[in-house]
Amino acid sequence: MLKRLTPLLWFLFSAGGTVAALVFPAHMFVTTIAVPMGWLDAPSYASLLDLVRHPLTRLYLFVIISLPLVHGAHRLRYMLYDVLKLKHLTAPIVAVCYGTAVVGSAAAAYFLLNLP
Amino acid sequence: MSDRVHYTPYHPKWYRRKMSVWWWLEQWRYTKFVLRELTSIPVAWFVLLTLWQVRALVEGEAAYQRTLLWLGSPALIILNIFLFGGVLFHAFTWFNLAPKAMVVRVAGKRVPDIVIVAQNYAVWIAVSAFVIWIWMKVS
Repeated sequence: MLKRLTPLLWFLFSAGGTVAALVFPAHMFVTTIAVPMGWLDAPSYASLLDLVRHPLTRLYLFVIISLPLVHGAHRLRYMLYDVLKLKHLTAPIVAVCYGTAVVGSAAAAYFLLNLP
Repeated sequence: MSDRVHYTPYHPKWYRRKMSVWWWLEQWRYTKFVLRELTSIPVAWFVLLTLWQVRALVEGEAAYQRTLLWLGSPALIILNIFLFGGVLFHAFTWFNLAPKAMVVRVAGKRVPDIVIVAQNYAVWIAVSAFVIWIWMKVS
């Protein structure tokens, strides 16, 4: 069954990689470097919540969380196969890698649907 | 013996040299490949950071301020600068790899690699500018 899912997984991998490559540098620079260093003012809770409540923002956040998680899970899986020669542990590796991606996406969906 | 005995010709297994787990350190090309693949870890880290920030938003103002403080701690800033380099490395290698991964043909002729790479970077600059603009509007 894994064989039949493989094309879909590679597609999600490339989608996640493209999202990560396009969006993460700017987004991450702002939230983890510019704002903590004081180069940009931190948004107030109220205004940030207003922005995040918008359906497009929720969609954006869901996409930048779920797709790169699948991307990372997929890459990590093949790295464990090729670099660490753990092909014999396929079942646990698949469970842990894609399981994390699924759990992360579910958590994101839960939070984004339950904003105050 | 009445029934036919079935013989198979004996052949030992072909000799295969064992590949060391450290094969990727033997050549710089291999190491660069593994470093590129390892950028999936910084990407996953930032995803989890974003998820954590969304969670703080859901929990309320106090949680949000605590998250801002935590992100502002020197240790975390240094860690994030280092991992941000990993994300940049992912973006650069991704854009440079795109034309090799998918060949685009227009009217039978292959589009030169540099055109695709340039388009990738152009889109990247546009998307980044948009993201930064949104952030500046909200802060």
